[in-house]
Amino acid sequence: MVMNTTAITTEEIWKVLGTIPDPDIPVISITELGIVRNVELLHDEHAIVTITPSYSGCPAMGVFREDIVSMLQDLGIKQVDINISHSPAWSTDWLSEETRAKLTKYGIAPPENSDHLHTGLFTDTSRTITCPHCQQKDTKRVSQFGSTPCKALWYCNTCDQPFEYFKCY
Amino acid sequence: MNTQEALLNFCLRLADNNMIAAQRLAEWCSRGPILEEDLALTNISLDLFGQAENFYEYAATLQNNGKTADDLAFLRSEREYFNNLLVEQPNGDFAFSTMKQFLYAAFAKPLYEALQASKDETLKGITSKAVKEIKYHLRHSSEWLVRFGNGTEESLKRSQIALNELWRYTDDMFLMNDNDKALIEAGISIDLNTIKTSFMATVNEIFKAAHLSIPETNNIITGGCNAIHSEHLGVMLCEMQYLQRAHPGAQW
Repeated sequence: MVMNTTAITTEEIWKVLGTIPDPDIPVISITELGIVRNVELLHDEHAIVTITPSYSGCPAMGVFREDIVSMLQDLGIKQVDINISHSPAWSTDWLSEETRAKLTKYGIAPPENSDHLHTGLFTDTSRTITCPHCQQKDTKRVSQFGSTPCKALWYCNTCDQPFEYFKCY
Repeated sequence: MNTQEALLNFCLRLADNNMIAAQRLAEWCSRGPILEEDLALTNISLDLFGQAENFYEYAATLQNNGKTADDLAFLRSEREYFNNLLVEQPNGDFAFSTMKQFLYAAFAKPLYEALQASKDETLKGITSKAVKEIKYHLRHSSEWLVRFGNGTEESLKRSQIALNELWRYTDDMFLMNDNDKALIEAGISIDLNTIKTSFMATVNEIFKAAHLSIPETNNIITGGCNAIHSEHLGVMLCEMQYLQRAHPGAQW
């Protein structure tokens, strides 16, 4: 009997995981988002994928789990275990320049570096976010909470358009 | 006191605080004063539900008796809930809910920061994420209190009434029992008195900017961490747990 001996590699698994979109922002994948922390292949039929939640209450976590399991099962891996890791805590600093450019193109202002993560009790009104539509800086925050846990609502005074800002975490 | 038991109890306290605060905020859904605020209150609620879930998952692991995080949330009665009395108080008006949220966030922020030094890796991990979220919550409620204080006579009056009513429950957040003692010894948790300075610095800064004064009261009410609650928790749990009680094991 001839067995199909094409071995699956962790690189291939990462590649497949890189095709799973974030349900809220479909232009970026779960690997670009930085929630996949580790992939371990015990043998061809058993993989352990470690993920970390982007936000404590992220409603997409359940979707991520199901997508990862079904995509890897399609690859021929019978047993897929998902490990949840809380440390180190997910940070928007893990988003690459390429990913940030994708967000801008999609119409979401990318997060600032967490060095700018403001710790005071009041909003630092001196900082403004560049409008993803017209690239001007004359913008104002409308609300620090938006349509999903990761986004704040902003408004551009130059092009008179509302836009979303991916909050810095 | 066995450290494992004390840790389980402490995790439940952290989980229950977030769960009850989140459930109260969820009551605002579709009732917010403006659309942005409706989104804000439910976003904060979602963060707190998420933090509660993480603590319940960990508690279920520690308990190791086959009970799930859902069982812990939906199948315990009020005398088995360890949340602070503050978070179970009814919402009142928008100023009242904002004050409640502010006092809780002003307490949770230094607590989670201090737990970054915990010898328990899971507790450290969960709180390292939670602290980032709680900072947004604290800023949100702080800014509203300052807006109320500098708004109209009515908005200032209502926020002062809220403070007069809620201040009596703040000591309860710092109350400790044998579980705390065991966890302090084990380097897992902290003496809650050590974060009181930070809590007081936050409230004093905001109350000054919001023209609010801390009331003089002898009517301090405590007991949350020992599962002694106000009459409001039972009523709230009746509603929150109804579905799992009426249809055990129901799945979403």
